[in-house]
Amino acid sequence: MSAPELRLALILLLLSTALVLLGVCVGSVGFEDLLGPLLHPQTDPDQSALAAQIVWDIRLPRTIGAWTAGALLGLAGAVAQGLFRNPLADPYLLGSASGAALGVALALLAMGGAAGMLGGTMMSAGVTFSVYSGSLLVRLGLTGAAFVGAILAVLLTLVLSRGVQHTLRLLLAGVVVGVVLGAATQLVLLFSPESLQAMQSFMLGSTAFAGWAACGLMGAVWLLGVSIACALGRALDGLSLGETTARSLGLPVAILRMVLIGVLAIATGTAVAQTGLIAFVGLAAPHLVRSVLSTGYRWLIVLASLMGAVLLMAADVLARWLIAPQELPVGVVTAVLGGAYLLWLMHRNTVAQGAA
Amino acid sequence: MAPTALQARRLEVSLSGRPVLHGLDLDIAAGEWTSIIGPNGAGKSTLLKGLAGLLPAAGRVDLLGHPLHSLPARTRALQMAWLGQNESTGDDLKVWDVAMLGRLPHQSWLSASSLEDHAAVEQALRCTQAWEWRERALGQLSAGERQRVLLARALTVQAQVLLMDEPLANLDPPHQADWLQLVRSLVAQGRTVVSVLHEISMALHADTMVVMAQGRITHHGPCSDAQTHRAVEQVFDQRLAIHALAGQWVAIPSNI
Repeated sequence: MSAPELRLALILLLLSTALVLLGVCVGSVGFEDLLGPLLHPQTDPDQSALAAQIVWDIRLPRTIGAWTAGALLGLAGAVAQGLFRNPLADPYLLGSASGAALGVALALLAMGGAAGMLGGTMMSAGVTFSVYSGSLLVRLGLTGAAFVGAILAVLLTLVLSRGVQHTLRLLLAGVVVGVVLGAATQLVLLFSPESLQAMQSFMLGSTAFAGWAACGLMGAVWLLGVSIACALGRALDGLSLGETTARSLGLPVAILRMVLIGVLAIATGTAVAQTGLIAFVGLAAPHLVRSVLSTGYRWLIVLASLMGAVLLMAADVLARWLIAPQELPVGVVTAVLGGAYLLWLMHRNTVAQGAA
Repeated sequence: MAPTALQARRLEVSLSGRPVLHGLDLDIAAGEWTSIIGPNGAGKSTLLKGLAGLLPAAGRVDLLGHPLHSLPARTRALQMAWLGQNESTGDDLKVWDVAMLGRLPHQSWLSASSLEDHAAVEQALRCTQAWEWRERALGQLSAGERQRVLLARALTVQAQVLLMDEPLANLDPPHQADWLQLVRSLVAQGRTVVSVLHEISMALHADTMVVMAQGRITHHGPCSDAQTHRAVEQVFDQRLAIHALAGQWVAIPSNI
């Protein structure tokens, strides 16, 4: 029964592997310059150590970071679309993005110059080790602030919508929270113009600062989220038949929604905290899977995760390669590609309807 | 006197603060087909949802002799199947998977579907002539085809009591006739069927009819009874008349 699903999963895993290799190779020091010293450390120990450092400390964690962040966004997108029974639902719908942004803005305000410096380096291609390690504390602070902001914003949305019972109220509350927190962020930035640049790099999203710790955290959250969501896959299928039918099947709808919103909030919050606001991956990943095959949520959740991971890794490689040696913020690449994809989807639907 | 499948006492339901059902008492006989009819806004669907325990309601409903509110959700789901109208449908699900959802109350959370589940799904899909499309996505089907798949989904529960809200929506006349036959065979097996129908002539094929107007039951009696026919004509302001035609009761518009 699940042969097409398995095939797509294998294809996505193969693509992931290829992209990891590509991600390790793309940069100012090319593949040949890395491979030689790595394979023959005895010829030039210094060169070999540098090559290992480039691969192990920068490119690999960043590439794996893009994979895990993409997987988290794909997972969150699939859960959001199932939960709200809306194919246009986005993981950022419950206000988590604006909450994270406000958290980062407040943290930047509190930390002042140090964080501003970080933002400056984030935009440039050559991130040196001293800046990276020196700003680790700042980075952790920003990550924590984004995470707390995202979770608090989702909780605020839940309070405003008075629970998870009414989809429409939930979506409206999410919009209200998004607008109000967005305004608050602008206000904070008005008082600390020096953090504008750092803020901008957060708003555009970047995988440049994902270290092994971030990869581990995102990987663990993804594993947990994907296990919970898969276990609830059949229940999500039931929910897609409408709430009344779901309840008639004995499904505890309110508890289900609570758990799924929890998964959604933590997955989005973790990804946003590590990589900033990356647009469209969460929206496009489940769509892309659905355009290839029809399947239940159990598979959709796994496949949308893998699809999100591949999308973000591909976008990350593109972002580093397009204007090398400079690099684009990855969020810009996903926004342009995602926007183009949605336009194409609209065009295809219009054509299909015209033909029908 | 037949045993009672569903019993409602002083059933009251309000939607958005507006009372829709005003303290209804109703006994639905087991092993019979009861159809609920009435003009738009009479509260038919609300009554059906109230009987199914799918709406917050005051009063008491007993399912097969047990108070509905004290039954665990899964037990209730095993005993009573529901087919709603105009609900959103999982367009990306395959027909087979949709029908399999009816087996949810029979399965534990993580277990795979059993041979029994597969047999139930196949039987239901063949019964509604949807077996051919089992590998197709629900979104690729027409409204009538989709309705037959959703009917199959309700059948796979294999519950004692089936509640159906507008089950004939979008079905063409041959498939309406198939549905009629299906309901008769279910009743012959001892199941209880309660349906809300707009097609009065179809509703008159039932054993018993509940006539509703403005949130109240105005009549409850056998479909072949002249008193029932008068009650039906009355709630529709005498704008239809019930006649015997070729051994069936048919409702035809009057004063055209």
